[in-house]
Formats: sequence, structure tokens, C-alpha cells
Amino acid sequence: MIPVELTVNGRETHLQLDPRTSLLDALREHLHLTGTKKGCDHGQCGACTVIVEGRRINSCLTLAVMHDGEAITTIEGLGTPDKLHPMQRAFITHDGYQCGYCTPGQICSAVAVLEEIEAGIPSHVTDDLDKVALTDAELRERMSGNICRCAAYPNIIAAINDVAGGAKA
Amino acid sequence: MKFDTPAGLNPIDKGRVVGKAHDRIDGAAKVTGTAPYAYERHDAAPNAAYGWMVGSGIAKGRIAAMDLRAAEAAPGVLGIVTHANAGKLGKGSMNTAPLLGGPQIDHYDQAVALVIADSFENARDAAKLVRIDYTSEGGKFDLAAERPNAVKPPEGGFGGSPDTAVGDFDGAFAKAAVKVDQNYSTPDHSHAMLEPHASTAAWNGDKLTLWTSNQMIAWTVGDVAKTLGIPKANVRLVSPYIGGGFGAKLFLRADALLAALGARQVGRPVKVALARHQIPNNTTHRPATIQRIRIGADKDGVIDAIGHEVWSGDLPGGGPETAAQQTRLLYRGANRMTAHRLATLNLPEGNAMRAPGEAVGLLALEVAMDELAEACGVDPVELRIRNDVQYDPEAGTQRPFSSRKLVECMRAGAERFGWNKRQAKPGQVRDGRWMVGMGVASAFRNNLVGKSGARIGVDAKGQVIVETDMTDIGTGSYTIIAQTAAEMMGVPLEAVTVRLGDSRFPVSAGSGGQWGANSSTAGVYAAAMALRAKLAEKAGYSVDQAEFEEGLIRHENKSQTLAALAGREGVWAEDSIEFGDLDKRYAQATFGAHFCEVGVDMDTAEVRIRRMGGAFAAGRILNPKSARSQVIGAMTMGAGSALMEALDVDTRFGFFVNHDMAEYLVPVHADIPEQDVLFIEELDDKSSPMKAKGVGELGICGAGAAVANAIYNATGIRIRDYPLTIDKLLKAQVA
Amino acid sequence: MKPFTYSRATSAQEAATMAASTQGARFIAGGTNLLDLMKLQIETPTHLIDVNPLKLDQIEKTADGGLRIGALVRNTDLAADKVVRHDYGVLSRALLSGASGQLRNKATTAGNLLQRTRCPYFYDTRMPCNKRKPGSGCGALQGMSRNLAILGVSDACIAQHPSDMAVAMRLLDATVDTVGADGAARSIPIADFHLLPGDTPHVETVLKAGEIITSVTLPKPIGGTHVYRKVRDRSSYAFALVSVAAVFGKNDASRFAFGGIGAKPWRTADADAAAGSGAKAVAEAALAGARTTHHNEFKKKLVEQTLTSLYRQKEARA
Repeated sequence: MIPVELTVNGRETHLQLDPRTSLLDALREHLHLTGTKKGCDHGQCGACTVIVEGRRINSCLTLAVMHDGEAITTIEGLGTPDKLHPMQRAFITHDGYQCGYCTPGQICSAVAVLEEIEAGIPSHVTDDLDKVALTDAELRERMSGNICRCAAYPNIIAAINDVAGGAKA
Repeated sequence: MKFDTPAGLNPIDKGRVVGKAHDRIDGAAKVTGTAPYAYERHDAAPNAAYGWMVGSGIAKGRIAAMDLRAAEAAPGVLGIVTHANAGKLGKGSMNTAPLLGGPQIDHYDQAVALVIADSFENARDAAKLVRIDYTSEGGKFDLAAERPNAVKPPEGGFGGSPDTAVGDFDGAFAKAAVKVDQNYSTPDHSHAMLEPHASTAAWNGDKLTLWTSNQMIAWTVGDVAKTLGIPKANVRLVSPYIGGGFGAKLFLRADALLAALGARQVGRPVKVALARHQIPNNTTHRPATIQRIRIGADKDGVIDAIGHEVWSGDLPGGGPETAAQQTRLLYRGANRMTAHRLATLNLPEGNAMRAPGEAVGLLALEVAMDELAEACGVDPVELRIRNDVQYDPEAGTQRPFSSRKLVECMRAGAERFGWNKRQAKPGQVRDGRWMVGMGVASAFRNNLVGKSGARIGVDAKGQVIVETDMTDIGTGSYTIIAQTAAEMMGVPLEAVTVRLGDSRFPVSAGSGGQWGANSSTAGVYAAAMALRAKLAEKAGYSVDQAEFEEGLIRHENKSQTLAALAGREGVWAEDSIEFGDLDKRYAQATFGAHFCEVGVDMDTAEVRIRRMGGAFAAGRILNPKSARSQVIGAMTMGAGSALMEALDVDTRFGFFVNHDMAEYLVPVHADIPEQDVLFIEELDDKSSPMKAKGVGELGICGAGAAVANAIYNATGIRIRDYPLTIDKLLKAQVA
Repeated sequence: MKPFTYSRATSAQEAATMAASTQGARFIAGGTNLLDLMKLQIETPTHLIDVNPLKLDQIEKTADGGLRIGALVRNTDLAADKVVRHDYGVLSRALLSGASGQLRNKATTAGNLLQRTRCPYFYDTRMPCNKRKPGSGCGALQGMSRNLAILGVSDACIAQHPSDMAVAMRLLDATVDTVGADGAARSIPIADFHLLPGDTPHVETVLKAGEIITSVTLPKPIGGTHVYRKVRDRSSYAFALVSVAAVFGKNDASRFAFGGIGAKPWRTADADAAAGSGAKAVAEAALAGARTTHHNEFKKKLVEQTLTSLYRQKEARA
């Protein structure tokens, strides 16, 4: 067992973990933060997306012990039913989900994607690598690491656009 | 409540809440990650141990020896379930192969053990230490090779008779002025819902509670009881949130059975989720098909003869993929035949996946129609309109459709999509490196109905509570049931609480075959009518003249609040909807028209969907918002079946090789741009008091064919072997 | 995932020494491939040395005008780096075509080079695979091989190298800088870094026991028009069927490297030399010695067609 300190959603936590414990299982099984989902456990679906030190990653493909001392934001840290994050609100308004299982990962990804675009990080569909714009094509490409088998895809893009528009105004 | 005569005007027709677009009432729970799924019940089953399934490494044969010593000695291991210690197990009536294999092995990754440990990591690790020696017996794994050995399956089942015939098909086809005679094939498909099959089990004495991810609570209670040999009354299933199913979770599967056996063995709650890479071979899949379609028409495209033959395979005792179903009902033609043949295959169990039958049947039929349109020189939209039929063409005019708006869907959809811009001749439109084409296909899915019950009450605060074992697999059941209750009881949506997915609640139709929405809301309607009667009686009003609105029951100039009538005890009523023979007297189905525009790279044959659109008629649309999502989601699954989805069979080892989500590809965001959905107004009074029909599967039916037809229109290349991947398109381009 | 002990590296050399002297030790950086494989017990290290504390995450100009990329630079950061965007566009493009945003945020430069194959028989531990279990046979050769390699393959193995980044690195003549267990540094031309399977498909690189990658160095920019074209079965988040990295320079001084078709990132001098003769000639030269199966034969045509597309776009630009 190895001691691991994580700051999750602003709260310091102290865990003793088997080094094999993925960050995902540390959240779900040890901290009981089950909002982050396990869809494939192999980086193939994106359901486990969380934001670590400001960047979205697949929490299934990293060990908790490798994040000692780091800050992690999960879906629970973005908002609660009584105090929704604007992205959460927009997903409801635009029906950006169906079964709800990929949803926390989609939302964490969406929040981070807007920051990535803001930071000028290019994507596969960026024509001029120096000119990163917020377009539907950019959003679709950047969200492609989050699979939604119910396929609420256009609704998710609408939700993100809604938030992005709101932020700009 | 018996529903055996067409519905008249009823409280639903007010359309105050039902039929309006509403946000999902379970939305906040889902977007905040607070909705609890089956593997996440730290609240209900704290201290659950972790089970890891061991799957068979061969497809067919026997376990010669199992050595559990190393696994049992591994750190944290609490127990190991195998056939040798599980006790005598029955087989669920919905299962083809036993869920716990051994010594006989029926398919690859059939469960042969569950290793239970104190942590997930220990269970997963110890499972690798289970040593199994097999005696392999080989098997049949190749549908094309087994096609000559396929037989006529037994009568019955969801698809009806395996064969039908009307008139003189052979004679009429032989004489037809224009003929299409083609073979098509579709591969095995995987549901690939995002939440794996998962269950948490806990025993209290001889009573079992399963928190599980399951579409059909009552079926599965029955099969748990049957498999374990315990009374149904001792089994409770709880399944309030289900992370997608698409048919994969219709039945008791290994996760739930093994969790129950494991929890019994170690005397503590046990939870089991199938690992993603185990799912395609351990669970069910949509079986591959080979299909032959023959259509004979006059020179104007009017069909006189239509025939559809289907070959599929399954384990012994399994059933066929009923891909000719829609061909019995969709188009006119006096001379008709359909036939299903079933081969024995020792692949994993084939079973229902979203729109079983039609989803792959239309991949073939609607391409054949496109071929007929070209052969006759008739526009494909017009061809389908010409061949519309307002009665069951096998039964004749005495069995009309309850409602059928295929023609309206075609016309409205074509206009909205800009179909008139399509060039009839393939390969004419270019946009840079993209060859651009448009395709159309009919959408058709049977409307199934099933008995469905609910309990409904009102409490002292005027809150209306609905309880039913209906499930919400992303379909929007919570919301449409709340809308129904709100409409019936005259309260706002916010005043309704809906509790689903618990076997303690009245048995519903469950979620499958797109029967859930219509049947379960009709069940709520029935219960609400009973509650209205009780409240009216309590108020001293005539129920026939009482109005329920604004939280009140009103009669002439008098009114009382529901809250006051409910009192501290509350008032409850329970009833169910039972369907008579209206679905026998009338053909009942849902219809639509799919349109698609694709670009195909002129050099590399990469296909990109540019836009999809469609018009659909499915009775009353209970919640246009969630219904639209159902349709676009299904359209996307249809696009997946056209372009990329296929379980690859290794015919030597007898398993699906690409058994994870890196290898079994489903569409991602970037594959799906614009999708447009138009609902055609329709009320079907013969379907239920809701005058609704299902819509959850209609969207997949024909969607893939529209993509395939668009590819043909773009390129002039016709591929009849799905999916339409780059390798096949390139090969055809060269040829 | 077998139990392992875990430690954090304090210096590259100490890590190398420790790795060489500890049975079953492996470095972990991003972990996106290693942990994937460890969960399936395809990789079974008994000790993990976390190299993230080494801070090998700088991108800096070299004295001769090239670029030194720290081993731990994340794919996202490398793709977004201003110099890389401007002077090594093919590398940005290749990186951005790979995996997903989440994975690129974690995956490292060195880890990407060491990425292992996606062959499904390698991934299913009950199947024969000479790469995973030497001597057990190749499940893919007579099996489902649509996605697998057609160049550099052997009777023992037809696994493809799955990386996009490494294809661009190969095109740019990168060198892989390492430190050995003995403290000696060396620079390995990327052409020599990956090994062909031959009879020993489990040996994938020339790295010696304990040897650790510290950086990857690019020579000074070569100018020209940089393109990376990846052809796959869906629009994003999928491995390549075929990918082509190309730099089109003046006077037919162009170069090409290929992904999805080789046992390692593929480049031949003959293909570069054929640049002036067009797509078909380049394809023919690149595909010399190709060995296909019924399932992956189409890749030959697809290489040619992908090159045709790139030439068409080049001409359109001219």
C-alpha cells in the first residue's frame, strides 16, 4: 500500500492504495465518487474523462499513485443538481445525452475542449495550425474521444456551442 | 384496463403536457454523475467484494481439468465460483447457452469461473491464475459455409412464422418486365453500450437482491429464480439507471448470475462488471445474415412479385435473425414469399439488438429498391410512393394498417432534405476531392405492444407518485411517464415523482422492441384512470364529469385539491393495460423516410456523411425532445452498420476477434454532422389510449441503406456486403 | 495486472541503472499503452519506475538549428509547440491525427515511439502470438489480418506499428537520445531504432536493458510543404489503415514515410527518389517486397491512392 494524496474537487484526500489502483478506481471505489464512469477501462471510450491539473485525461489509463499531490476535477466538482455548471445545464437543455453513462465524461471533455480552443491548441481538422477557431467541425473532432453509443452527438455539439456563445457574450 | 376497441377522446388528448418537448426529469442526476448505476451502489451494498469473470478460451468442447489452487492462494481472494461448486443450476428461459459453462463449453468466453476478492485489483489478478485444460471439439463458425445446411426454424417467436407465401411468386417473378435479384450480407454486430453488463448482489437469508443493469425486470426475475432454483418471490431486482442496452440487457446474463452465486458463496455482497473485452464473446450479439432479394415489377416500377430469403446462424436451440419481417408488410405486390433459414453455429449466442430483423433486413431490401428504381428509371422516392399499400399485403384488405404515413414521410422528408437536387445518374456531383451523392430509404418497424402495469398515488402535498418496473435505458421513460401522469392528474410535471426499475413495482412491458414507451405510458394511463375514479368518489363527484386540472378535481363550480383528498394516508391505485386483438385486426407499424448525403474521396474512397435527415410517423410523439434524440441516435447506429460495424469472425478458433472498442468501431462525434428529424403528425387510436407507437428503433431501420444508396449515387459503386469499408470500395473501383 | 512495486526516478541515469539491475523493471511515463497492456497481463512488470519526476518536458533549439524534444513532452504540447507547428508541420499533423485529446494529453514522445502493436491476436492472451509469447505461433497470419502490416513482416509476425508520430519522426530523420545503465549517452537514428520482427518479434527496438530515452532530436528544418494523411475506418479516434507523411520540396526533393503498413514506421530511399515520377512510382518503390494476406492486400492500392490524393493536392496548390 502506498499513501496517495489527491486534491479532488478542491478537497484534500488521503488514501492508502495498492499501486495497481487506477485513478478511475481510486475515485469510484475508494472515494465513492462514482460520477466518473468505467466504460472500457482501456482508453477506448472516454467515459472516465476527468480534468487533472487543468487537462482532460482518461482516468482509467493512469495510476492514482502517479498523481500524488495533484488536483483533480470530476463531474461532481463541476456542479451539483442544485447548482449546475453551465455545461451541465446546457446538456439538459439540448438533450445532450440519453442513457447518461458517457455523460460525465462528455461534460468534462467539453469543458476542457473550450479551454483548449481558447489556448490555441490545434486539432486534426485545423486548416492553418496557427488559426484555431471554434467551429462545429473542431468541436466534433475534439470530442471524438468520447463515444456516445446512444449517439446524442449533434445535441452535445449544440450544448457546447451554447456555453461557448454564452461565455463570449 | 382492457384495450380492445379504438381509443376515443380521452384526457391525453388535452395535450397540455404530453406531446410537448420537455427536458428529461432525470437530467440533473445524469449530468452531475449522481444517478446510481448497478456497479455503484456503495449506498445500498457497502463493502461489496469484487468478482472477475473468467471466460472460456475455447469455443466448443469440455473442461478437462481446472486448477484453482494458485488463484485461491492469491492475496485477497475470498472464493471462486465454478460449475463444480455452484450447485445445480437451471437455464433461464431467455438464454440459449448456460451462463455458467463447464464442464461443457458452448462458446468462446462463456463464463467458467468467478474469482471473488477483497479488491478489484486482486480479483482481476487472481483470475489470471485459474488454470484450465480444455478438450476442444472444433465447431461450426462460418455462416457462408453452413448456409447449405441451414434448416427451417420452428414456428413462433417474435418474428412469427419463418416462411410466408402469397400468390405465385415464382411465376410472377419470371414474367416480370423488370427484375432485381441480388444477394446481400450483413456481419455480426455488437451492442457496444457504454455501461458494461454489471450487477451487485446481496443475500439476506434466502432472499436475493440484485442491483443490475437490465431492460426487462420481470423476465429477469423469472430467469434468476429459474436458474438458481429459488422462488421468484425471493428475488428482487433494482435497475433504476441503465447505461445503454440496445437489447444486450434484455436478459439475465452472466454478470448477475455470477454476482448472485458469488455473494452466496462468500457470504457478503459481490459486484461484477464484465470487462469490455469480454462482452462481445460472452454476451449476445446481432447475428450475421446472408439475404437474397428478388423483386419483379412492371416498367413503371410497380411491384408484382417480391421475395426475401434470409440465412443466419445461432447456437443449438437459438433462433434466426428475422430479417425478412418488413418485406411482408412494406410494399405492394400480389405474389410474395419470405423465408428464414437457420444454421447451427458455435459462435457466441445471437439475439436481439436494436430493431432485430428490420435493422439488417432493410439494409438489404432498401438497397434492392434503389436498384429497382434505377432499373426502371423511376426516382427512388417516387418508386416507394408507387408501391405503398394501406393494408397488410399478405393478409389482404381485410387487415388494414391502423395508420400508415409512409407516403407523407417520403414527400415531406424529400422536400425538407432538398431531394430534388439529387442527380439520378451516379457519379455526377463533385465538391473538391469529394464525390457527392444522396440516398433515400424507407423506415419501417413493427409496433409491438405488451401488457404493462403501474401504481399511482397522490400524497398530502399533492405530489403524484408513479411506480412501475418499467426501465429507462436512455429512452426517456422517466419523463414520458411523468408527462402522462401529469396530464392525467392535472398537475404540473414538477409535481410528479417517477420510480422505475424495481421488481417490487407493478410489472410493466419493459424496454425492448420499441414497445416500451407506448405500452408503459398506457399502463400509467390505466392506473391513473383508476386513481381518478377513486379521487372522484372520495370527492363525491361523478368521475365522468370531473375535470382534473391545476392540482384540483373540479365538477361544475365545485372543486377540491388533490392534496386535501389524499390526506395523510394518500390515495393509491394500481392497474395495467392489457391489449386485445387490435394488433391482429390491424397491421400496426411505424414508418419513415431516411435521407442521406455523403462525400466519397475520389482517390482513397473514404466516406464522410455530410448530412442525414428524415421524416417519421410513429403515432403521438409523447416528448418530441427525447423522441428526436432516440431517432438521431438510431440513425447514427444505422450509419455505423453501413460504414464500419462488424464483428470479425475467426473461423478457426470460433470467436469474434475484434472484441474491444478500439477494434470494434462505432461512430464517433466526427462521423456525424447535421441530423434533421421531422415528425409527421399522427394519432394511432388502435395502438393504445396514448395513440402513440414506438419510436426508439424506427430510426435505425433503413438509415444504413440510405447511406449505402448515397454512396452508390456518389460513385456508381454498389457494395452489397456490409459494412461498406474502404477496402471493398477500392476493390470495386479498380474492377 | 500483476502486483508491482513502484518508485519515482530522481535522475535519468539512476533510473537506467535501477532498471538494468532490477528484474522485471519498466519505466512508466504517460502509461496510456503500458497500463492498457498490464491490465491484460500482456506486460507484466514487477517494478515500475515512474519517470515523470525527471521533468524531461522541454522543447529547445539545438546548436545546429534543430530541435530537441524532451522524452516526456506530451503529444498535445509537442503538436501545439510554435516551432513544431511552423517548421515541422508534418509532426504536428501526425500527432493530432492520433488517438484522442485525452490520450494526447497524457501520452509522451518517448512512450509513443515504444507503443506496441494493435494486432488483436497480440491482445488476446489465449491466442498464439510470437510477439507476446515467443514460440507460440502467429494467430494473425492465417487469421483476421485486415489492419496488419504488409512490409517488414516475417513468418513469425505480421503486426503493424501503430504510431502516427513515429512516422513523422522517421520522415524528419529524428534521432533518439538515450542514457544507458552505464551512464553512457547515445543517439540512435530513428531508422535504426525499431527492429523488424524476423524470428524475434518480441524484440522491438535496439534499446538495451535499462536504457532510457531522454529526448528525441530533429535536424534543422527542411522547409517544403508538410502533409500527413491518415486513412482509417472512421473519421477520428482510430488507428490508420494507411497513413502517409510527406514533405514536398523544390525540384522533386520530396520524401515520404508510411504508417499502418509496416512492422515499423516505413520509409525507403527508393520511394523518395521516385518523387519526381509521381504517386504510382512512389507507391511502387515504397511497396517493394510487400507481403500481403487476403485481408490486407487492399493496403497496396490504398497507399497508391493516398499518394495520388496528396499529389493532386500538391498540384492544386501549385
